[in-house]
Amino acid sequence: MALANASLDGGFQDAVFESQAVFRGLMDAMSRPGTIQTLETPAKAPGALSAAQSAILLCLADPDTSVWLSPSLYAQDALGWISFHSGAPVTHSMSNANFAFLGLGEALPDFLGFANGTQEYPDRSTTIIIELPALTGGQALVAAGPGIENEIDMSPSGLPDNFVRRWSANHGLFPRGVDLIFTCGSTVMCLPRSTQLKQREV
Amino acid sequence: MTSAGNLATYNFAYLDEQTKRMIRRAILKAIAIPGYQVPFASREMPMPYGWGTGGVQVTASILGPDDTLKVIDQGADDTTNAVSIRAFFQKVANVKVTTKTGEATVIQTRHRIPEEPLTEGQVLVYQVPIPEPLRFLEPRETETRKMHALEEYGLMHVKLYEDIARNGHIATTYAYPVKVGERYVMDPSPIPKFDNPKMHRSQALQLFGAGREKRIYAIPPHTEVVSLDFEDYPFEIQKFEKPCALCGAENVYLDEVVLDDKGGRMFVCSDTDHCEDRRNAGHVGELGVAQTEAAE
Repeated sequence: MALANASLDGGFQDAVFESQAVFRGLMDAMSRPGTIQTLETPAKAPGALSAAQSAILLCLADPDTSVWLSPSLYAQDALGWISFHSGAPVTHSMSNANFAFLGLGEALPDFLGFANGTQEYPDRSTTIIIELPALTGGQALVAAGPGIENEIDMSPSGLPDNFVRRWSANHGLFPRGVDLIFTCGSTVMCLPRSTQLKQREV
Repeated sequence: MTSAGNLATYNFAYLDEQTKRMIRRAILKAIAIPGYQVPFASREMPMPYGWGTGGVQVTASILGPDDTLKVIDQGADDTTNAVSIRAFFQKVANVKVTTKTGEATVIQTRHRIPEEPLTEGQVLVYQVPIPEPLRFLEPRETETRKMHALEEYGLMHVKLYEDIARNGHIATTYAYPVKVGERYVMDPSPIPKFDNPKMHRSQALQLFGAGREKRIYAIPPHTEVVSLDFEDYPFEIQKFEKPCALCGAENVYLDEVVLDDKGGRMFVCSDTDHCEDRRNAGHVGELGVAQTEAAE
């Protein structure tokens, strides 16, 4: 099979410094849940993976980690790009994935279908990277927990109506559970399992 | 990539990219589960175990060309371990280095937290010899792991109780166990218990690397860190009778320096940068010399 050109382009131009910059953005976002960080990188996979999703994949995934793609992201060009640039195996099994990527507008699968880790090894869990229409303007939520001074408002758009209930169930499993990274274009916002969420009371 | 002429060079910050990715994944998990020790595939570093190979690997994985690095060993910028690690990163990453706490973006530390409060955006990287707080109470990893899983920390309280029974007070003075985010009991590395309160709701991100024991753990900013104690024997930090002999600072951690063989001694700030700052600002302790006089 001839590898399409689309799969060869769109990697990091400078793997060392771009992956470091992307990681620092992610580390800041993960240690300060609810804040929005911009990942500046020219990396972009062909097809539906967004710029931030592409950058996160290149920054964190490699032959040691398996990647799960939602149906709208699962395309020949993207598979070739992932294989060429990161070497990460793409898996069909959600419960074995280290990283799961969800395309724009796709229904959020049950968190329990992903790896949630064990009580002894809670780190063996899936990080889910979800593309949203916007990281602001959605349901008004209030987050609290490690990384947050008192409380922080967040309002990512495009989340299901019952998201707070589903997230509380995930948070209730602590230290097990999944961690979420919301992306929109090249911006990211993190929701680690340690964060509590509630609706903003009007 | 970045090579001087045609000479082969180390990759930026020494570690290869796949190793950095593996450590970065561990750091993100550690942040998501505050206080939990994430296993990682620690590499051999060009320095012996016990010299901070865990901290060095964490620093190497987060460091970028725009960072300013400070390295301290027991509070001092000018001791062997601090000088070697600082020189190492100057050589392999060519980053800016500093001894000023306020100027640093990444601070690698062995056994102290700087006196100057850390700020948003700074990262404190600890070198950790033995990450498992329960290890001296229970040598089996399978058992300590189960104890963490079940949040079964009774044994630790028994140890503190025995301290009180034998000594009349909790005699643990360093590596004093803390509970992070109301869940995991964590070893804060061998910092004096004087520094424990600085970890509580710190604005900086705190990362811990144990190279020989292959563990990484973290405390995100603004996280509850509570030192274990009893209602009738509350946690207390060390108190010093005299201020720093050089800069006159009170409420800081002091080192004892022996002056002669007739029992002469002085107590000085363990944080050299803090002491220097104060002396430059004109503070003088009982054995200190005013900076203006010294200059003349």
